[in-house]
Amino acid sequence: MTNSAEVKADEIELQLFLEAIYRRYHYDFREYSRASIKRRLLLARERMGCATFSALQERVLYDATVLPQLLDYLTVQVSDMFRDPGYFRALREQVVPHLRTYPSLKVWVAGCSSGEELYSLAILFREEGLESRTMFYATDINAGALAKAEAGIYDLQRLTLFTRNHNLAGGKGSLSDFYTAAYGAARFDKTLRRRTVFSDHSLVSDAVFAEVHLVSCRNVLIYFDRPLQDRAVGLFKAALVRKGFLGVGARESLRFNAHAETFAQVLPGERIYQKRGDV
Amino acid sequence: MSGPSLDKVRRDIHAVVIGASAGAIAALSRLLPPLAPDCALPILAAVHVPADRPNNIPALLQTRCRVRIKEAEDKEPILPGTMYFAPPDYHLLVERDYRLSLSNEEPVNYSRPSIDVLFESAAEAYGRTLLAIVLSGANEDGAKGARAVNEAGGLVAVQSPDSADARMMPDAALAACPDARAMSLAALSELLCAYGGRVRC
Repeated sequence: MTNSAEVKADEIELQLFLEAIYRRYHYDFREYSRASIKRRLLLARERMGCATFSALQERVLYDATVLPQLLDYLTVQVSDMFRDPGYFRALREQVVPHLRTYPSLKVWVAGCSSGEELYSLAILFREEGLESRTMFYATDINAGALAKAEAGIYDLQRLTLFTRNHNLAGGKGSLSDFYTAAYGAARFDKTLRRRTVFSDHSLVSDAVFAEVHLVSCRNVLIYFDRPLQDRAVGLFKAALVRKGFLGVGARESLRFNAHAETFAQVLPGERIYQKRGDV
Repeated sequence: MSGPSLDKVRRDIHAVVIGASAGAIAALSRLLPPLAPDCALPILAAVHVPADRPNNIPALLQTRCRVRIKEAEDKEPILPGTMYFAPPDYHLLVERDYRLSLSNEEPVNYSRPSIDVLFESAAEAYGRTLLAIVLSGANEDGAKGARAVNEAGGLVAVQSPDSADARMMPDAALAACPDARAMSLAALSELLCAYGGRVRC
């Protein structure tokens, strides 16, 4: 709130709206970064023709078919393959040599959205000869996004950027080896996901489900408030093997996180952390 | 243009937001150097820059300015005497607990960072204690945000369109926000110093 003790009506409504979604559907957005979620819900409200959050609340409480539409506003699904190529190059050059020392590997793509990050990692692991010993977990709370991830089909127009990113990330072959193009879409090779488990999992309310060697969770934490960021990184800490790796978005850091001490930054420039061996 | 009236200078301002696009470097280089290093205000800036390479404006300005200038980090607390730039390809928002948030959501007005996104969230958090400044630019980003600041009771000042390298953004902000005042860069700089509390310009 600003300087007055008076709480604005739409703030009260927004709080109640998030509470209603949680109580009715068990999706918990109450600890998401409020400024951004409010912006996106104002857009949803406008596009769904509701004058207030209370009106939007009534719609979603009594009509479950509204929920999937709302989830597309509540969760941000913006990603590209090999987004921030420097991240993937650093994984290839600095992290893969460590991963090679394990006989079997588990990788968790937390908040995988429509799958761009998962396919990037699967391709990188195939190029590095690690794929056959790796199991991938791709998780998200948005069922629609998970279905897109599982399909692995992207608008062909996006492939120019994906291809450039793949090259900059140190890609060994041509990205076109991994997809077939037809009807304006690129369909990624289904063998890329044969070692992937797609699953509904919430960093807000669910627990650790496996011991993993690498967690890649990019541009997810920025949508959480500070306590929720602590919870999510706490999950990663619990899931990671000793000396396991955590990759976050280019502008995310553990600097303000309660678990910062548990992790050491692998490279100064890239946001890749390694869990300490003594925790 | 005349300077701000005294009664306005006396009101409490707790933060400043700045939006700029084409012509940003020239405008910021005139606006910021007079600010004293112990300026009591935080300054949050959204400047349109290319998404795929580092933004060199903060480092460039730091060589000319005495306030601390940096790129904003997610969930960073907002401190006085510091200027925070939205990183390339991210929106910058202000949370109610006066921390900064970054966001990757869709571009607004074809822009990420978007000035509207910064201004609207800052207006929510700071209400009538916010000063928004719209500088040179060749699109209409910032106009909606300026109106939001105004509607929340904050002050809006705009670089006078005639003095801007690109006048479209100042013109759009003035049109969207009738209470906004157009000012020269020198007057804007003076205004900033006055609100910053340490008048040593």
